[in-house]
Amino acid sequence: MKSIHALLVVSTLALSLTGCTGNSAKEGDSKDGGELTGKLTLTGSSTVAPLATEIAKRFEELHPGVRIDVQTGGSGKGIADARMGVVDIGMASRSLKPDEADLTAHQIAADGVGMIVHNSNMVKELTRDQVIAIYTDKINNWKEVGGEDREITVVHKAEGRATLEVFLTHFGMENPTIKADVIVGDNEHGVKTVAGAEGSIGYVSIGTAEADIGAGVPIRLLPLGGVEATSANVGSGEFPMSRPLNLVTKSAPSPLATEFIRFCQSSHVHDLVRSQYFVPVARETDVAK
Amino acid sequence: MSRSDLTLKFVSRAMAIISAAIVLLILGFLVRESEPALRELGLARFFTDASWHPLSGKFNFTPMIAATLLTSLGAIMIATPLGIASAVFAHFYAPPLLVNWHRRLIELLAGIPSVVFGLWGLVVLAPLVARMGGSGQNLLTATIVLGLMVLPTVALLSDAAIASVPREWIQGAAALGLQRWAIVVKVVLPGARRGIGSGVMLALTRALGETMAVLMLAGNIVEMPKSLLSPARTLNANIALELGYASASHRSVLFVSGLMLMLVVSVIVVGVSRRKGPSDAWR
Repeated sequence: MKSIHALLVVSTLALSLTGCTGNSAKEGDSKDGGELTGKLTLTGSSTVAPLATEIAKRFEELHPGVRIDVQTGGSGKGIADARMGVVDIGMASRSLKPDEADLTAHQIAADGVGMIVHNSNMVKELTRDQVIAIYTDKINNWKEVGGEDREITVVHKAEGRATLEVFLTHFGMENPTIKADVIVGDNEHGVKTVAGAEGSIGYVSIGTAEADIGAGVPIRLLPLGGVEATSANVGSGEFPMSRPLNLVTKSAPSPLATEFIRFCQSSHVHDLVRSQYFVPVARETDVAK
Repeated sequence: MSRSDLTLKFVSRAMAIISAAIVLLILGFLVRESEPALRELGLARFFTDASWHPLSGKFNFTPMIAATLLTSLGAIMIATPLGIASAVFAHFYAPPLLVNWHRRLIELLAGIPSVVFGLWGLVVLAPLVARMGGSGQNLLTATIVLGLMVLPTVALLSDAAIASVPREWIQGAAALGLQRWAIVVKVVLPGARRGIGSGVMLALTRALGETMAVLMLAGNIVEMPKSLLSPARTLNANIALELGYASASHRSVLFVSGLMLMLVVSVIVVGVSRRKGPSDAWR
């Protein structure tokens, strides 16, 4: 009985595989019928790129005729390239702005941005006003917010970074009002900076921070508005400071691009999303409408 | 003219044109990309604006130019004595067994990627400097690491320059009864002056152009540095930090900062080479 079962599974698998390569077009994933072939190019957010690369690998396995090229360069570049038609799909780790309404965003995951401090810091939580005061240099010592007598080193991100925009929007601040002590580039740079200076405070992607904490880096995520900064809380939508990870296309993407985006949003890739410390989005939007 | 002479003449001529053309092409590209910003804003605003907040329409470069010059000159001040001393050591004071090992190590130092220097600075040096207050990411940290990075350039070129000082001079000086230190200071170093000078020059341009390590270590705040312990942002770090995320007009402004860096470098190169005069005097 068991062996018959196994045989059945194998033959179904084989069938669905041939279906994917297109020998029998009515089978498998290719809903638009026929074999998916061609090349897709993606550019944009360095946050989305590793995830997109993993998804692309799986997609290529399912559709051997497809080649997907993923390049980074930042959300700004992703949006600009998608708009100019240089690439098929742009990647952006933020929502589209009003002046980008000519493009369509397809969310594939969510990422939370959390405040981090050095592990030795005694402060357990900061209120919204305290964070704003620290970042505008009105509070300059940890003892004013219940910590020990140590100067606060404010770690901030470079202009244009998606995490920076999420942070500014959440706290309702303007970038020129911020008085930072260090400006960092990517999340890892931020984590290493905070880990290297005991009096520092910064903000990074929660996924990156959780991974580094797991690896023993001496930093700690602060809760925000009473909500713990964890991937689970980002996924449930409870954590207030979060951002969508989007694939961006012009209004009429090619069938191949449409199929790839649908695949990115499907439950087939949720394990990949989680392995990159992001949170899968539950809803699956229709792409080509 | 023989056949092979002709071939060499044409090949070398073509290669020389290509190498020179590449510089001009890149310069042309920089000018073309930064033209929209220069046309819209004019040159003066890059020096008179209140601060650097490109998304809010403020574009002051002056602190970044100062930071670029400070870190590079600081690095040269660290690298020059170390580099020359290391070359002198290798030629006059090192036990024969050690000489080759010493040279290999210096060459190895030249081969370490800048991002590794940056990471080392970030994880090891910055926390040490942080004990003096702040985050440890400041001019001092960046300058020290930059100095170590350009040290091999000075050391290896000084080494070669000292090696090319005619042996007769040294032997003659020794025959006159000069002590070793006097031979080094009065004969060898003056004789190798030009070679050492171009080593320092090359190190300076390399320091001016270094991006990654400085970005990781300088703190990147756009403010006129008040002391060695203040954070600062160099022109290159500015491009690397913001280019990936910049939209059209912001991008153009960043190219202006690239152009500015080219200007700073060329002013230094032209200034120094004019002072030294033409070097190919044998023709």
